[in-house]
Amino acid sequence: MDKFRMIFQFLQSNQESFMNGICGIMALASAQMYSAFDFNCPCLPHYNLAYGLGILLVPPFILFLLGFVLNNNVSMLAEEWRRPRGQRGKDPAVLRYMFCSVAQRAMIAPVVWVSVTLLDGKCITCAFCTSVPMETLGNASHPNLSQGELKKVLARIPCKDIYDGWQIIDNEVAIRYLRCISQALGWCFVLLMTMLAFLVRSLRPCFTQAAFLKSRYWSHYIDIERKLFDETCAEHARIFAKVCIQQFFEGMSTDLGAARCQQPRKAPADAGEATEKLLGITDQGTMNTALKSWHRCKPPLHLHPPALPSSNGWAGEEQPPPPMPRREMAAYYSRV
Amino acid sequence: MDRFRIIFQYFQSNSESVMNGICGLLALASVKMYTCFDFSCPCLPQYNMAYGLGIMFVPPIALFLCGLILNRQSLVMLEEWRRPQGRRAKDLSVIRYMCSSIIQRAMVAPLVWIVVTLLDGKCLICAFSCSVDPDKFVGFANISPVQVQQLLAKVPCKDDELMRNNTSRKAVSRYLRCWSQALGWSILLILIVAAFLAHWLRPCFNQDTLLQARHWSNYIDIEQKIFEETCCEHSRLFAHKCILHFFKSMQREIKLHSFSLPREGETAEGEEDLLRGIIDQDQVNKLLKMWYYEKPPLDIS
Repeated sequence: MDKFRMIFQFLQSNQESFMNGICGIMALASAQMYSAFDFNCPCLPHYNLAYGLGILLVPPFILFLLGFVLNNNVSMLAEEWRRPRGQRGKDPAVLRYMFCSVAQRAMIAPVVWVSVTLLDGKCITCAFCTSVPMETLGNASHPNLSQGELKKVLARIPCKDIYDGWQIIDNEVAIRYLRCISQALGWCFVLLMTMLAFLVRSLRPCFTQAAFLKSRYWSHYIDIERKLFDETCAEHARIFAKVCIQQFFEGMSTDLGAARCQQPRKAPADAGEATEKLLGITDQGTMNTALKSWHRCKPPLHLHPPALPSSNGWAGEEQPPPPMPRREMAAYYSRV
Repeated sequence: MDRFRIIFQYFQSNSESVMNGICGLLALASVKMYTCFDFSCPCLPQYNMAYGLGIMFVPPIALFLCGLILNRQSLVMLEEWRRPQGRRAKDLSVIRYMCSSIIQRAMVAPLVWIVVTLLDGKCLICAFSCSVDPDKFVGFANISPVQVQQLLAKVPCKDDELMRNNTSRKAVSRYLRCWSQALGWSILLILIVAAFLAHWLRPCFNQDTLLQARHWSNYIDIEQKIFEETCCEHSRLFAHKCILHFFKSMQREIKLHSFSLPREGETAEGEEDLLRGIIDQDQVNKLLKMWYYEKPPLDIS
């Protein structure tokens, strides 16, 4: 159990690890889904191809989109892309990095599905059973059957329980042939994907490593900043609610003219702590302005030293950026 | 057990996680229910469609209602919607946000049931076996239409004497199953594309309204929880004082037996503070009524 807890904590420790965890789970789920799915070839001439290729291609597309949907970074990417500029510039390299990392992780489950499908062979057998080479495998010149009838018979090859064309071509022979082709395709696909992944990983440090480090840092920063903002808002809401309810109870006891109505002696430290945590935001209108400004005008990436009187950051929505941060933004933009 | 505790604590960490956890559990329960359910097609011409479509659509309605019931936020939302305005204005965008998040979570289990049903195929085979065109399949020639209907109605029943090793039954069954699975995958594709577009397009419209709605809906939830905790604490202290008062009033009668009664120490004064002067039933009732009819304004300056 200790090991499990360590793994769980490690995966939770940062967003990328967490996403790797989700990606791994989806890959396993994809293999499991394939084995749980009851493949059922229709064994009719035009339906076979549609069904076989549909099962080969539609679930991977679904898994790919699901990878995007489950990835929290996608909404972060869309938000960063669509937000107004405000006091903080936008770096397209960071957006590209985020998109690539999301897309790469989303590709894994579909690749697993396609590989497992090809290696299993049922889809290709179902889709291409009407196209088996009759000359090499069977008796091509069967006089009694028209093309249409022949196709109908060949379409039933994957369905052993209703196949009735033993004179034309042996069921087992055709299935073995198609399966062999399917598995060869499957292994080639696996090899191709592995080589691509290897090339992407190993060639990247040869080019643009410095720009990559910068993009990675700022993409992690945006993620952490968003999480911290949400946590700060939640903490603020909690303290706001506590103080609001306390004031309500006090107000009621005053209204009811309660006999021994004493003001609860809140320890000064307690009151001070609550006020500090409220960060000066004590009513609905101010909070709404704060949230609006967070989206419309994100603060610049420049930390004020504590001695300076901090200006009211919420008010300046369309102010021109102050001169100091410009240096920081220039560094942010530079392509090394 | 340890493993469950860690997973449980993770999901308890905030109320959205709790709701996602419940939603996931309902989806798993829905799959399990389907696998445990013993599907038994009546194989009679008029009953097949009703049974098949009934099994496909009635349990999802029940699962949807379960999803609404199990979600704590639905009560919070209803209360926020129906409360009198009082000193705190009502924000419709917050109510809309809460409503849409509740409905989205409640829809997951019914959709899982429908997709699993379609991918399995039994329901559709049962419902539509009488509606296939018999000319597409061999084995239905030279039979009267009434008999054809009866035979087709028996297609879902593999163990029926007439149908046991019948190849046309297997062909019809495969055909319907193929359509059922294609429909299932298509529905899944449409849902995922819709979810994907919603994720991508949401920040393009009204992001700041969304941030506000999300914050205040979270606030309402937290406030409700803290109010319940404060009331619990108050009632505990109320009960404590009530019982002490009772023992004190008995003191005169039993003083001869020289029992040592709990003396009110320093704790009593602290507790009185926390009771905030609200010390009888009418006052508590009035307080609870005011909490509903006139919530305090969102201003603590």
